[in-house]
Parts: sequence; structure tokens; C-alpha cells
Amino acid sequence: MRLTDDERAMLDGKGGQAVQKAMELLVRYGEALGAERFVDTNNVAGVPGSSTLFLKKYYEQHAGNGGYEAIYSLYDLDADQIMSVPKANTYCCHLQGGMDPENWAELGMSEEAHQHFQEDEAQVAARGIQILKTCTPYLAGNVPAKGEHCAWMESSAVVFCNSVIGARTNTEGRESTSAATLTGKIPDWGFHRDESRRGTHRIEVHVPVESVLDWGMLGYFIGYAVEENIPVITGALSQSNLIRHKHFGAAAASSGGVEMYHIVGVTPEAATLEMAMGPSRPAATIPYGPAERRAIYDRLNSVGRDPNVDYVMLGCPHYSIEQMAEAARLLAGKKIRSGCHLWIFTSRSVKGMADRNGYTKAIQDAGGLVMTDTCSAISRAVPKGTKVVALDSAKQTHYLPAMANVEAWFGTTEDCIQAALTGRWNGELK
Amino acid sequence: MTAETIVLRGRKVVGGCAEGEALVTRETISGWGGIDPMTGTVIETHHELRGVSFKDKVLVFPGAKGSSGWSNAFHMTRLTNSAPKAMVFNIINTKIALGAVVTRAPAVTDLDQDPLTVIETGDWVKVDGDRGVVEVTKRQHPAARRESAS
Repeated sequence: MRLTDDERAMLDGKGGQAVQKAMELLVRYGEALGAERFVDTNNVAGVPGSSTLFLKKYYEQHAGNGGYEAIYSLYDLDADQIMSVPKANTYCCHLQGGMDPENWAELGMSEEAHQHFQEDEAQVAARGIQILKTCTPYLAGNVPAKGEHCAWMESSAVVFCNSVIGARTNTEGRESTSAATLTGKIPDWGFHRDESRRGTHRIEVHVPVESVLDWGMLGYFIGYAVEENIPVITGALSQSNLIRHKHFGAAAASSGGVEMYHIVGVTPEAATLEMAMGPSRPAATIPYGPAERRAIYDRLNSVGRDPNVDYVMLGCPHYSIEQMAEAARLLAGKKIRSGCHLWIFTSRSVKGMADRNGYTKAIQDAGGLVMTDTCSAISRAVPKGTKVVALDSAKQTHYLPAMANVEAWFGTTEDCIQAALTGRWNGELK
Repeated sequence: MTAETIVLRGRKVVGGCAEGEALVTRETISGWGGIDPMTGTVIETHHELRGVSFKDKVLVFPGAKGSSGWSNAFHMTRLTNSAPKAMVFNIINTKIALGAVVTRAPAVTDLDQDPLTVIETGDWVKVDGDRGVVEVTKRQHPAARRESAS
């Protein structure tokens, strides 16, 4: 890689040992990619230095130290020695973590794990890293500008950042974001470059796609259809808004590896089909009609058999304030069926708003729990004895059944809340 | 008895040399949520390798997909001694580049022949990451291949 003077200085140790090791890791990573240079970034979203008890105990046993700086050094920076870790040199936020700061016992977490979580959070705060603790940083205090170079983790946030905002990030990982936090550098590769942001595959939508459910299903279909390519979507999509893009992108990033999409006339780099595609022709044109819609619904519901639902999980990606209001409205004055659990996940920022507007209370009065920071897939936590889950997120439906060994139903938010109230799944494709 | 040997040439992703039995899939692999890092087993619901472990195998696959936790999941397999011995793949992206680096497993891509076509599960594969060379020794007996598949 060709390095600038400041990059060379970091690599030579002028910024201290942790910065040096961070730069070394970024060079190994950049060379693995085939990148020629770095780009400056002042917007990093990761999970710097945070760890599970497993990692802490692993390093206690193998390195004699499982503290924050040990894990940041040995794991995040993949170094072979423990170093002092300085404050962040960039604007950096912490994404979702493993437990709710208040309802951790409900999630089945131990006192020891909670204490470790608190210690990590204090270390993160001491380094000037913003504690957003969400998969939706763009709803909680980090909204990049169009064209801004970012280094973000979290596939659903990455696809939103590139596609809806028009900022620029690859799907970074834990180690690259932790290194970028200290250096302000990330390989100039992929979505940082104009030529890598243009569409590759065309999707023609022939069936009305209006509801959040339909946007999620289309995203899930497209992920399988294009894998990690860049779809350009034309046709019968309507009611574009934040929630729909959030569910669409999260789904497409899960079934495939979609990191950017264009919707002609909607997203910022797709005013026209020509602008979205650039000079190249689509590698394939893929139709999405009633048959494809039915097939993707059936695929999402292929791990549901028993109609008796014992857990309803909402908030993947973390619910927006509008979705909190919707859940509260559907639950107002009602009670969740005995033996059934409803957990709704969001960010601390959005929960603060939901508290003020009375939505949290309405959900709690119905017997539901509002949790922050995490979700069932991330924390691998479902209510004890759960066999059958109801979900309104294609992404969570993709991951949770395999991770928690449960059956799952996929439907609308209303289908899910009805399941929580009655204990029965009655969702169907309308 | 001479075994058939095929040499593929590509470029280094991660240096170092390793050899082992190939585990081949035509499907991309998810890291976080797609594998169990404690055992190196694929767990994704619809994946053709579901229930199969890549521990100590030379993993031959199209590439990485899914969550940004890909590198973290594969990094963990290094800690639990469940990592693949080497990786041979077709499509580079940030997930697999970072994941291969922190797994510290020799890795090669951009090969002059499609490794998914040339290499079959059970073949013996030597990976020289620094030179970008993959040497494949085909399994000799179809009967043995059937046995390994059962």
C-alpha cells in the first residue's frame, strides 16, 4: 500500500504503541483486500474493546489478563502484547451490545456478566466513545452526511448509510473499526470509491410493495437473488420511509450480503436508471411478481409449524419512535396472554422518547418489556422455555431460529402483537 | 500409485503455508449467526453444510456474506482451536479479508481456475499463502469418496 507521511509516522510508532499496532492491522487488512491506499475517516461505529465473559476468561487464562486494554490489544488489534489504549482519535460510537442495562436478569445474564458489562461501558466512555448501544446509530445520534467516509460495522446500518444517506462505508468488522478509532484511517476500497457504488443487477417489481412487511420481504428476496451485488430497483414500490428502508436493507444484508442498493427516483445516487447503473449494463434483470412474493413469504415461514406462540420479539433492527408508538397503540388497554412473552428492543435514545410519550408504560401495562442495547439474536437470549417465536423482521427470522433452536413465524407487527395477546399465530399473506 | 495433482495460482490474502483435507461448498458462508465459533460448525438454516465443521479443514468456498460480525466469528474459531487450516475462495470482500487476517489462516483468492470446480471435498490441499499457490491432490478411490460422504 502507498502510505502518506502521517500513516507512515503511525506505523513507525510516533503515535504510540497501540496506534502503531492499529496501523499494522489496517495495513494487513488493506493488503488482503488489494487496496492501494487509505482514506481518512472521522465517523466510526464499532464495538471497541467490549467483550463477553468468554473472551475475558479466555485472556485471563491465556494471557494472565482479561481487562479492557488486554482485550483491545490482543483481540481487537490482533497484537501479541498488551498495550495502553489511548482515547479515541475520531468521532466514534459504540453499537449494540450483549445485554439490557436494567433487564439483564430477564435476559438470563449473571451478576458477574452484568458487572463486566458495566466495567466495559465505563472504559468505553473514558475513551470518548459515544455510547449509543444500538444497531441503528442513525436513529440515536450519528447521522452521517452524503459523501462522508465512514467506517461502520453492523450490516443493516451499513446498507442504510450507503443507500439511504449516500455516505460511504464498507461493512467493517470489529477489528478494523477498533483500529480506525485510534488512527482515523480505513482502506480506500469498495464503497469509498465512485466506481464501486453503481448498480450491477436490475430488479423489476411487478407487484405492489407498500407495507413494511412487503418492503422486508422484497429485501429478503433480493439478498438471495443478487447475493452481495448492488441491486437497482424499479417498479411498484411506494410509501418509502425510514422504517421501510430499515427493514428492507436489514433483510437484503442478511439473506445476501447487500451493502448498497438503488431505488430509481428514491435513493440519493439513483435519480435515474442511468445514474444508478453508470456505464455498465445489468448482469441480470430479475422480476419480482406475485409468485416470487408468495415464495419468499413461505420461505420466511418455513421454520414455523406449531401455531402456539410463546415469545414475540420486536425491534430488529431496533425500533424507531414511530414503531414504539405503533406497538403501544396496538397494545393499549389489552393484556398479553399468560405464558406468552413480548420483548421490544430499541436504543436508549428512542426509549427515552418512548418513556416521555407514555409508550413504554403502555407496553409494560400490557405485560410487555421494553429493552435496549441488544436483541435476542445478539444476546442469544429468549424467555426460558421458548419453543415458538413470532417476528416482524425478516432479518431476525433469518438468524434467530438457528441460533436459539426455536420455530419462528414471520408477519406484520399487528400479526405479532395479536399472537402476543392470543398466544396463537394467525398471520397470513394478504 | 500416483495421485493426480493440480496446481492453481492466485494472489495472497494472508501469508503462510498449511495443508489439509478440503471442505468445499458452492454457497457463501455467514460468520456471526452462520457458524458456531465454539466448534467451527455451519449452523445457517438453509445452508448445504449445515451441521458440518470446518475445523482443521482447508475451507474452499465462494466467499463471505451476512453480518459484519464475520471477522469476529472466525477470529473466535482461532481461540477455540476450531479454525480452518486455510481458506481458498473466489470473491474478496471486507468481511473475508479482515476475517482471514485475524484468523491468521493462510488464504488465497483470484485463482486461475475455479477452485469450486477443481477441488472436491476430501481432496488433499496445500495452500502457500505467500506465493498464492494452491496444490490439489485428488482423492484416488471413488469408493473412498462415497464412504466419506455417508
